Amino acid sequence: MEWDWTFVIEILPKLIDGVVITIQASILGSLVAMILGLALAILRRSQQRIIRSIVYWFLEFIRGTPLLVQLYFLFYVLPDVGIVLSPMATGVIGLGLHYSAYTAEVYRAGIENVPSGQWEAAKACNFNVKQTWVEVILPQALPPMIPALANYFVAMFKETPLLSAVTVLELMNQARGIANYTYRYFEPMTMVGVFFLIISIPAVLGLRRLEKKYSQTL
Amino acid sequence: MNDPSSYLGLILQGALVTVELTFLGCFLALCMAFLGGLARLSSYLLLRTLATIYIEFFRGTSIFVQLFWAYFVLPLIGFPLSPFFAGVVALGLNVGAYGAEVVRGGILSVPREQHEACVALNFNTWQKLWHVILPQAIPVMLPTFGNNAIELLKGTAVVSLISIADMTFQAQVVRSQTGNTAFPFLTILLLYFLISLVISRSVRALENRMSRGMDVSRVQ
Repeated sequence: MEWDWTFVIEILPKLIDGVVITIQASILGSLVAMILGLALAILRRSQQRIIRSIVYWFLEFIRGTPLLVQLYFLFYVLPDVGIVLSPMATGVIGLGLHYSAYTAEVYRAGIENVPSGQWEAAKACNFNVKQTWVEVILPQALPPMIPALANYFVAMFKETPLLSAVTVLELMNQARGIANYTYRYFEPMTMVGVFFLIISIPAVLGLRRLEKKYSQTL
Repeated sequence: MNDPSSYLGLILQGALVTVELTFLGCFLALCMAFLGGLARLSSYLLLRTLATIYIEFFRGTSIFVQLFWAYFVLPLIGFPLSPFFAGVVALGLNVGAYGAEVVRGGILSVPREQHEACVALNFNTWQKLWHVILPQAIPVMLPTFGNNAIELLKGTAVVSLISIADMTFQAQVVRSQTGNTAFPFLTILLLYFLISLVISRSVRALENRMSRGMDVSRVQ
């Protein structure tokens, strides 16, 4: 099998279409994971024991089962109960939900790292629950979490090929389409790997800089 | 045969394949983790570079891409792999790259004095690793190894896409034959969760066992 550059250039526009979808899915998925993860982390600290244990087992369950199967579940089972989502929406919710189980742990660790004196001070200032979180706890807890969160977003980016299994036309699916059409697997599949390395290596380098930056302020 | 629960046998067959893949993948991953982790700490530049390339390459792309590459591209350049073998190799090499960083971190976490003590006792590299460093480093590595094993278990679902009849694949078969979606997918979600609980509980038990002798407070 010879590597054919003209074929590579021919398929490049389609692959770049796929890259755009891949990046969109990662960004939207990260947003969902960021918001949902925070909600889960706060619920995990609820006063009610029942809520705490429900959230605990929910998180364990999400982390203990494959993203692919969760995507299948959202894609095949939800329409049966009357919730019809586009493939892209299914993919973004699936990615976001899966990674929210990881970001929730990051938030939890970050929140626990805020000294208890800060909680007491908020109480002494007669802040209500919302003020305590928004004005005191989160501004201190969030910056040290940024590297760990970014780490999961890079991981999520690498998992986006799974969306091809629920018919999202991202990079992997474009490559498979080309391969099925032309019977050439070598170039499309290799180009997928190259694209992922091109994006994830700078992302990892950026991550190291983030880690350095935020570990100094602590 | 329209009752979906009569298809449970099929799903359990798939579960067996999933467990086999997880076991063999973990075995390969463990070997690669120690090879890669020790090579990264080696004093030879060549070994260090090779290990860094291995680790960065496998961590930079996802298991999905690696699996498809192993399955579709390797046969074209003269390495035909059976789907099952391709699955084990891709899973093992991928998780092994993550494990290599764990091994490196674990070994570096052993205090300097321990390394110096080995020099003082005139241990060679092998004795130093086997008798002094690893017994202290492995309990540090175990919790992350447990998480990696669960990541590997979750990775096995992806092999269903290269036509290995694992649990996810069988669930798709049940779905297409019965039209029922909730039963197959809920069943396999539960089974995956059960397997991952077994992994995390056994790793925790192993952790307790291996760190028993290291309990400093008991000695004092």
